[in-house]
Amino acid sequence: MSGPSQYVPKNALARWLEARLPIIGFTYDSFVAYPTPKNLNYWWTFGAILSFMLIAQILTGVVLAMHYTGHTSMAFNSVEHIMRDVNWGWMIRYLHANGASMFFLAVYIHMARGLYYGSYKAPREVLWILGVVIFLLMMATAFMGYVLPWGQMSFWGATVITNLFSAIPLVGDAITIWLWGGYSVDNPTLNRFFSLHYLLPFMIAAVVALHVWALHVVGQNNPAGVDIKDVEKDSVPFTPHATMKDMVGVAVFFILFAWFAFFVPNYLGHSDNYIEANPLVTPAHIVPEWYFLPFYAILRAIPSKLGGVIFMFASIAILVVLPWLDTSRVRSAVYRPIYKIFFWLFIVTVIGLGYLGSQPPEGGAVIAARILTAWYFIHFIVVMPLLGLFEKTKPVPASINDAVLAKNGGERVAAAAPAQ
Amino acid sequence: MKLKLALFAAALTGAMGMGAPALAADAGHAEVHKQSWSFAGAFGHYDRGQLQRGFKVFREVCANCHSANLLAFRNLAEPGGPQFSEAQAKELAAQYKVKELSDKTGDVEERPARLSDRWPAPFANDIKAREAMGGSLPPDMSVLAKARTYHRPFPLFLIDALPGFSYQEHGVDYIVALLNGYKDEPPAGQKLDAGQSWNDIMPGNRIGMAKPLADGQVDYTDGTPATADQYAKDVAAFMMWLAEPKLEDRKRTGFRVVIFLAVLAGLLYATKRRIWAKIPH
Repeated sequence: MSGPSQYVPKNALARWLEARLPIIGFTYDSFVAYPTPKNLNYWWTFGAILSFMLIAQILTGVVLAMHYTGHTSMAFNSVEHIMRDVNWGWMIRYLHANGASMFFLAVYIHMARGLYYGSYKAPREVLWILGVVIFLLMMATAFMGYVLPWGQMSFWGATVITNLFSAIPLVGDAITIWLWGGYSVDNPTLNRFFSLHYLLPFMIAAVVALHVWALHVVGQNNPAGVDIKDVEKDSVPFTPHATMKDMVGVAVFFILFAWFAFFVPNYLGHSDNYIEANPLVTPAHIVPEWYFLPFYAILRAIPSKLGGVIFMFASIAILVVLPWLDTSRVRSAVYRPIYKIFFWLFIVTVIGLGYLGSQPPEGGAVIAARILTAWYFIHFIVVMPLLGLFEKTKPVPASINDAVLAKNGGERVAAAAPAQ
Repeated sequence: MKLKLALFAAALTGAMGMGAPALAADAGHAEVHKQSWSFAGAFGHYDRGQLQRGFKVFREVCANCHSANLLAFRNLAEPGGPQFSEAQAKELAAQYKVKELSDKTGDVEERPARLSDRWPAPFANDIKAREAMGGSLPPDMSVLAKARTYHRPFPLFLIDALPGFSYQEHGVDYIVALLNGYKDEPPAGQKLDAGQSWNDIMPGNRIGMAKPLADGQVDYTDGTPATADQYAKDVAAFMMWLAEPKLEDRKRTGFRVVIFLAVLAGLLYATKRRIWAKIPH
């Protein structure tokens, strides 16, 4: 947190540098001495997991860009060239493609953790909004990255999504043509997507820096949802305590990542994307990657194109105002028995939307998607404000230390009994 | 411009699913069955004999109409594939002619293929291919085994990702079923256009490829039964290798990676426990 640095330079060179650019002191305060609530569980390791996923995506992506050709007539085969002829190219490409999925899996868990423990509530609103910005940048990056292999789903996915902008009244068509750089998704579109796909991850990295900065100003939330009051009693230094716990989380998550990349590398992809893009043949079902499916379901649930687009963007934009929609004075769902139920109902709603997004929109699937879309918004607009007013919350512990004592008190008695 | 926008409107309708049901309703008359593949599972590897037989079927039957533009002769001698000897692959290549711009005369001249050359396509371009095939375009076979699949309903598609149950062979199973899915006559009341055949597996059931395999068509010298069903399996296995030539390397590397990460995670966890041992949390 802010305040005078606790770092004491130990040698002349460090003293010299510290007087000119206190970068060692800054790093020390941010990642070593930084007080971390001692009651964090493993859901809090997803921040570190996401940092590692971003690094992994940038590293593999930079190597892929060395071998990829951004031209409609060569892109598809250049990806296959990477798969066949580039040393370890198959591994780099499968790590990158599955890395995108793992990145989204981690970010969804990270966001769900924030929702459950009220991590968006004051004073963490800006921290949360920066997170939403990162999420939006991730979506744009992933979408454009999926276009680059120039398969059938790349092409038709790009066509459907860029066409959404044509729903904007009056200027829609002009905007769409401007986005395409022509009158259809074609070589100029592929080239600009490649360029932007390389640019956006560095913008993500910059917003991540702001996100971490904001985190270090307000401090981490924790399962008890109460702030650090006594640094001695409530917190531990970030290193080695949180660092080592984060590393455990990262290593376990990377086992999952490796399973997908090495053993089921095409499970999360679509077989049509192994067919080269063909503007004259439309695939039977155009579906986005799994991580976009809930939003795709919302888009299709609304029986008007413009309405669908508005609701789809609103479903993400509403997260920005969530800190003000939630009126509860208690942060953590641990002490909010009713909210806990609504939280899980919301998770089921999003997973349900994801499933419906993968299905052809016929009959019952359309009705189900409309009900779930309605509930998605009701959860934020109606449930969150009203719960804060009517919910009877459980007593919140006075401090993190009290919460830990209350939890361990029960456990210790149980554990001590057989030993005696 | 008008046409393009109309096309995109059609695409969007397709995406919204309004155009799709007709296709979806026709398919699924017959089922694709899971085959037993040597390359399935976490420790899977290709059966060299099967790949060599599959290559024979590909060369003598499929390659008459289908291209495999990403296949180079050198691939046939590389580890993890059919693993012909380099001499065999060279000899094979020499039986094919490729066209090359001569740097002496400036003319396009024919010469015998070398290991570094790609498999020559049967037709000069798609238009020629369609003309010869009665309007149908035989798809390139390079990644076809990964470009085909069939519907796996809930909850099977979730189980397909799990260790121990992992299933990635949708494409080859579909190809075997398709090759065995031909009917001599369409069902009563169904009409076929000229050049079409009835296939129970093909979406829409009308396929431009005539039944390609028959018993005894390709000579097997290793005692394997020379049946259409066996040809279908062997050529599908060959197509899997063609689409995924680094599969063995991938699974072997993956095993090492997972073991490494598991040990690392264990050590990190032990360290973490030690660090936190005296801190109630």
